[in-house]
Formats: sequence, structure tokens, C-alpha cells
Amino acid sequence: MAWMAWTVPTAIFFGTIAALLVIFTLLAARFPETPRTGALGIETTRGDRLFITLLGSAFINLAWLGLVDAAQYWALVVCLVFAAAVFRWV
Amino acid sequence: MNKTVNQKAWFLVLPVLVLVAFSAVIPLMTVVNYSVQDTFGNNVFFWAGLDWFEQMLESERMWNALGRQLIFSGIILAIEVPLGIFVALNMPKKGFWASFCLVLMSLPLLIPWNVVGTIWQIFGRVDIGLLGYTLDKLGISYNYTQDFVAAWATVIVMDVWHWTSLVALLAYAGLQSIPDAYYQAAKIDQASRWSVFRYIELPKMAGVLMIAILLRFMDSFMIYTEPFVVTGGGPGNATTFLSIDLVKMALGQFDLGPAAAFSIMYFLVILLISWVFYTVMTNLDKREGR
Repeated sequence: MAWMAWTVPTAIFFGTIAALLVIFTLLAARFPETPRTGALGIETTRGDRLFITLLGSAFINLAWLGLVDAAQYWALVVCLVFAAAVFRWV
Repeated sequence: MNKTVNQKAWFLVLPVLVLVAFSAVIPLMTVVNYSVQDTFGNNVFFWAGLDWFEQMLESERMWNALGRQLIFSGIILAIEVPLGIFVALNMPKKGFWASFCLVLMSLPLLIPWNVVGTIWQIFGRVDIGLLGYTLDKLGISYNYTQDFVAAWATVIVMDVWHWTSLVALLAYAGLQSIPDAYYQAAKIDQASRWSVFRYIELPKMAGVLMIAILLRFMDSFMIYTEPFVVTGGGPGNATTFLSIDLVKMALGQFDLGPAAAFSIMYFLVILLISWVFYTVMTNLDKREGR
């Protein structure tokens, strides 16, 4: 694995995403759901909302890095608010 | 519409996931690891944090390449989609000539990218190429190695030549699926040619056209080989698109960290646009009840 040049932060990053995927997979298998139409006008399931959250979070972090001077941790707070909004309304 | 979705079928995708892990996921993870570190080779890495991302976000070079890439994709879509529809509308519907046209149209699609590049590279040369020589004799200044307008024109015409057939074939497939009854109804209503196109053919082609636009966008957004063979990204940086710039950075300069950060941002943009296209496509399908 040395060639992959792992670091602790990136390992935590991928570990979190993997854990999220496992949790959502189990949730979807255990509690099947009906897709709903939200604020974007498209049908979404929990998995879709997770994808939108993760992709949006990537762009929020990049925008924070490029435009805001404050510490990067605060971007994570914005992402969590964004995630809550996506899961509530999209 | 209100059926419960059973997601258990996804477990059947696991074998594919394992295969994709080796060809895509693990390399992508490695790129992410590279993007937060610096190296001087020998597999020794130093922590760099988010510096490379910050550097790339401020890099004029990346924004310029992105701008050129978007302009290129925009231009080729603006040409290939209407042209492809026009060709499809004028292709014979049945008989020998229909098959003949289909074979003829698919020929450019069979040619590998680097061969297309070489064909146009020679075709455009002023000394031995038919196009370059003719333009030169007509008194038109044309030199794709020195003039950026000529370089852009060559790269765009080459892409149009290579890929318009794809749009045409998809649009043709969409047209063929329209039942005759629609045309008969239009005839009874004395609909004009434009109305037939606007209210019958275009809506029926919408699904396949979305696929065509998605495919052409993705492919043009990742274009590397053809402009690399013809212009090498020049003159200057005039035709240095994202992939060409990325390869220069990663392999030419061995700046693995910045190149990794660049790749991740490139990947995110592609992911976002693909998701938007995919969502629009599936929603179109649902609305039509397919």
C-alpha cells in the first residue's frame, strides 16, 4: 500500500465516505423508501440526497478555500448545514 | 410512480464494483493522497495540506485552460448538434441508400483518435496537405502551427468531421421510432414543415438528443489526443485544453501534487455536469412515462 501514499487525514476522509455508503446501503435494504420530489423538482431517494450532499460539499470546500480567509473547518460547518437542508427539502 | 423502491438489487452490482475498484477507485484514491502531499520522487512524500488546491485555484493557467475547454465544448456542441439533426432529417428513410448512408456515416467513428489527428495534421500542412496547399494557393493565410485562429479552426473542424455522425446516427434512430400516424395527422392539419419538426420530430428526438449532447460534451471536455497530435497545444497555449495541460503538469513537469489537485477539480466539474445531464435525462424519461 506504500505506493498509494496514504496519510491519516485522507484515510479518515475515505473511511467516512465508505462508512456513509455502508450505512446508507444497509438503510436502503432494511427500510425501503418511496422517492420524493423536493425543492429541485426532481425525484430523490436517500442515496441521491447523499450524493448531492457530498458533491455540493466538495464545491463548498473549494469555494471556501478560494474565496474565504477563515479556517477550513468552518467550511465543514457550512457543509453540515447544507447536508441538513438537502435531506430536509430536496 | 408511488411504488416502493427495492434497493436490494444493488448487491448484484458488487462484482462490478470490485473490478471498478482496481481500474478507477483505487487510482482515484491515490490521486487524492497525492493532492495533499509533495514528492521529489522515490516514493517519499511530505505533507502539504491544502496548498496545492489553493495554488491551483489561484492559477491563471488552470482557469485559462478551463475557459478554452468550455469555449471549445460550446462551439462543437453548437455546430455538431444542429448539423447532426439536419443530416438525420435528410437521410433516406429506407432502402439501399438508407443502409449506404448509415455505413458512410459510421466510418469516421471507427477511426482511432490519434489517426484522426494524424490525418488532419497532414491534411492541413501547407507543403503537402490538400487543405493547407489549396488554401495557400487561394491566397488565404493558413498555418495551424503559428496562427491561433487557424489552429482553433482546424481542431474544431476535425472534431466536427469526426463526431457529427454520432449525433446524426442517434437523431436518425430517434426519427425512425416516430410512427407514421403522427405525420399523417400533421398532414391532415396542414402543418408546415417547421411545425412538424417543432412539435413532432424534436420532442420525439429529445431523449436521444440528450444522450448525444451528454456524450459529445463529455468526450469534448476530456479531449486530448486529437489536438495533441495536430497542434501539440500550440501555438503558445492557444489549444492547450484541460487534459493537455494536466499531462504537461503531471508528466512533463512531474508536479504530482498540483496535478493531482487539478485532476480532482477537473473530476468534480465532470461529475457535476454528468449528474445534471443524467438527472435531466431520467426526468425527461419519467415525464414521457418510459
